[in-house]
Amino acid sequence: MSILFDGLSLGAIYALIALGYTMVYGIAKMLNFAHGDIIMVGAYAVFVTLMGGGHIALAIGLSVIICVVMGVVVEKFAYKPLRGASPLAVLITAIGVSYLLQSISQLVFGAEPKTVTIASLGTVSLFGATISVSSIVTLVIGAVIMAGLTLFVKKTRTGRAMVAVSEDKGAAMLMGINVNRIITITFAIGSALAAAASLFYLMQIPSVEPTLGSMPGIKAFTAAVIGGIGSIPGAMLGGVMLGVIEKICLSVPVLAPYTTAVEFGLLIVILLVRPIGLLGKKRREKV
Amino acid sequence: MSDIVLRTEDLGISFGGLKAVQGVNLEIKKKQLYGLVGPNGAGKTTVFNLLTGVYQPTTGTFYLNGEELKGKTQEQINRKGIARTFQNIRLFNNMSVIRNVLVGLHNQKEFKCNPFVSLFRLPGHYKTEAKMRERAKEILRIVDLEEERNNLACNLPYGKQRKLEIARALATNPTLLLLDEPAAGMNPHETEDLMRIVRKIRDDFDMTILLIEHDMKFVSGLCDEVTVLNFGTVLAQGTANEALNDPEVIKAYIGE
Amino acid sequence: MIKSILKSDDFKIKNCINYMVIAAALVVLVVLYNAGELKASYANLLVQIGYSIILAVSLNLVVGFLGELSLGHAGFMCVGAYLGTFISMQLSDVIESKVICLLISMLCGGLLAAIFGFLVGLPALRLKGDYLAIVTLAFGEIVRTVFKNLPWFGKAMGLTTGAVKFTKKDTPLFIIVFITVLVVLFFVQNLVRSKHGRAITAIRDNEIAAKAMGINVTFYKLFVFVIAAFFAGVAGVFYGHYTTPVMYTFFSYNYSIEILVMVVLGGMGSINGSIIAATLITVINYILQKELPGELAALKFLIYALILIGIVIFNNAPKLSPIKERLSLKVLIAKLTSKNRKPEDILNDPAHWDKIPTKIAMDEVLSTDLQPGNEYVPDKPAKGGK
Repeated sequence: MSILFDGLSLGAIYALIALGYTMVYGIAKMLNFAHGDIIMVGAYAVFVTLMGGGHIALAIGLSVIICVVMGVVVEKFAYKPLRGASPLAVLITAIGVSYLLQSISQLVFGAEPKTVTIASLGTVSLFGATISVSSIVTLVIGAVIMAGLTLFVKKTRTGRAMVAVSEDKGAAMLMGINVNRIITITFAIGSALAAAASLFYLMQIPSVEPTLGSMPGIKAFTAAVIGGIGSIPGAMLGGVMLGVIEKICLSVPVLAPYTTAVEFGLLIVILLVRPIGLLGKKRREKV
Repeated sequence: MSDIVLRTEDLGISFGGLKAVQGVNLEIKKKQLYGLVGPNGAGKTTVFNLLTGVYQPTTGTFYLNGEELKGKTQEQINRKGIARTFQNIRLFNNMSVIRNVLVGLHNQKEFKCNPFVSLFRLPGHYKTEAKMRERAKEILRIVDLEEERNNLACNLPYGKQRKLEIARALATNPTLLLLDEPAAGMNPHETEDLMRIVRKIRDDFDMTILLIEHDMKFVSGLCDEVTVLNFGTVLAQGTANEALNDPEVIKAYIGE
Repeated sequence: MIKSILKSDDFKIKNCINYMVIAAALVVLVVLYNAGELKASYANLLVQIGYSIILAVSLNLVVGFLGELSLGHAGFMCVGAYLGTFISMQLSDVIESKVICLLISMLCGGLLAAIFGFLVGLPALRLKGDYLAIVTLAFGEIVRTVFKNLPWFGKAMGLTTGAVKFTKKDTPLFIIVFITVLVVLFFVQNLVRSKHGRAITAIRDNEIAAKAMGINVTFYKLFVFVIAAFFAGVAGVFYGHYTTPVMYTFFSYNYSIEILVMVVLGGMGSINGSIIAATLITVINYILQKELPGELAALKFLIYALILIGIVIFNNAPKLSPIKERLSLKVLIAKLTSKNRKPEDILNDPAHWDKIPTKIAMDEVLSTDLQPGNEYVPDKPAKGGK
């Protein structure tokens, strides 16, 4: 029971990150490899604010703002010049940005992990199992954010414009949608979600290091692909699935060392059976 | 019966609920120059995509020299003898003109060469390469591009790129050649020249050619038989003059 | 027959100069080594350079020639390093000579890596670009995790390869590595300069057209993938004979990226570029590691990042292409050699036609040109803007 809860809350973190991947992929048709490192930036923002004696609310606010600015700046300077270039070029640049963020933060903060204590929330007893409060908080707030995002995409003008751009960039442009603005907004939202993910991450593992973002980033991307990249519900489903599977694997002694292998193995199997992911939409290539 | 090269039976495809093409019946005889015309969006290129395996038909089927090719992949269909050009030119842009044609020659039996023969540079490799180059030059001569053979394909002017696409398709040694708007973007001189080349290919290779074209002078000057498509269905079929002067066809093009 | 062989591209100076340079360098180095002038640390550096070249050239086959991004190259190297060296260690009980052990295990390690390449490639190559990148990345991580936990390979302590590691008493490893580099180069260049190489670049340039030309796309993708994995495996075996213990941490995704940096820096699709870049990066690494304290090791990644971003944006950004053209060596040379060319000549040179911005518009003007006695009658009023 507690494993399930831990898994769900880890899954919520993965889902939040995966949403950033999947939205950017849907709209800019690129794999934003540096997305994971935005989480790291957010975590360091929290670390610095708390070190400087700032309140936790201030830390959260700053973290979100810095992540959003970072996401937008990266988009503007690294990805925008490459609009229309081959996907391979964009992907390699994104890898470069990921390295850039990691190495800068390593030069600034050093390589060794730093401890960040956001709040010690303790545990509660629920249905006869001990569950950490942070898991519950993560799960609840994560669910609220995701519901909000779904509503945003479905109900607002900007959200519908985003859907339009992801369906057909050219047609959206003809309909008077400012595609560049939509792409910027998408990066901003994705980065804000990453900031939220970084907070939840710190609640579970209270330490930051320059490579903090890369593993969760890669796993969340895996989740996005499993769910079907470009699909928002897919990212949520994939994220939660992966989180639960990870926690279950970790709790079985024989499997525990192979957890990463199991997760990535699952990705390969799913892509084999269903190359577009669980909830992905099939696209026709125009000849 | 035996001289019918391509036969389609009730060929059709729908995307979602939209019937992009339906009920297309074609019979193209050997050495025929056959035109496929129709307004934009009539489904002409879709027919080409069906015949080359890019899309799989949802209804009907088609036969090349009596052999059913429905369900085959693009590669298999090309090897069975249908080659095509593309409406929006798809050359191998970063390769030289002659290399484009050499890729077309890749699968021919006389140029078979195991990858390991090439890896270890056994004599067979050199023999094949020399033979292939000769053949490629011959093909380029047909479309008057021999002189340009070492230029990059993307540096060729538009009209020559179209001709290179034809040469590349010809290199796969097809029995049926599909040309998708070969004269698009050409000036009248180039169009004239292209008509000569298409006829020459038909005569020299006993080639059967199915082509899509908007230039009615080109179609009526070249094609023996024409099928007019509109909204994915066949509007008229017959000799070029009959079909193009059909009242229905004129209505489709010009409106009431 | 022999004449036609000698006339072929293989024997043009520009196409075999790289063999000559490497062979000459090897001869010089061997002479230096025998004279005792080559420090042991430099000999080690040479081994690193050698296997880096093998890795970069083989990854270039996948990224530069086939146009697919593989982020699991270190994973194939890992397979070679662990399994190949393991085999070598078993052999060393039976066979006296370390060199023969190495040669046999190179073959085995390469083949095993190739088998893994086949197993990964088979499903992965059905996927398009970004998916392939993530699947190969996943593969690299899976391999690492598995080797970390299997009991035969020393678990978290790494595989201790002391029994087969080349020491001062043995034939210097760098000689074998560089001879292998020559052999790898021979195979890779032969592949690229053959009908199969053409098919591979055709797939990169336009997969749809390649399919329409009857090229067996799946076969060639898999073929390239397997060959590249084979060579990565061989490089891994060298690594295993050069260092001890073989640690799973070395083959992380970062190392795959490092190989990718070499390929990008050298130029995608340029084999000589990969050789130079691999040498350069390995030497830079060596210097940084020696000169800089631990904290500043991040500088290395900063440099990688800047190389990746800078070069890719510079080479691919549509807006930068005029600047690139002005700076490119080819245009400079053309300018120098064509001082006396009249503007008309340049306009008539098809190599310059793509630079005339009005080309397409000109075609349209030409096609509606009125000619005396043959007025153009538009007979297709419904024609759209295609």
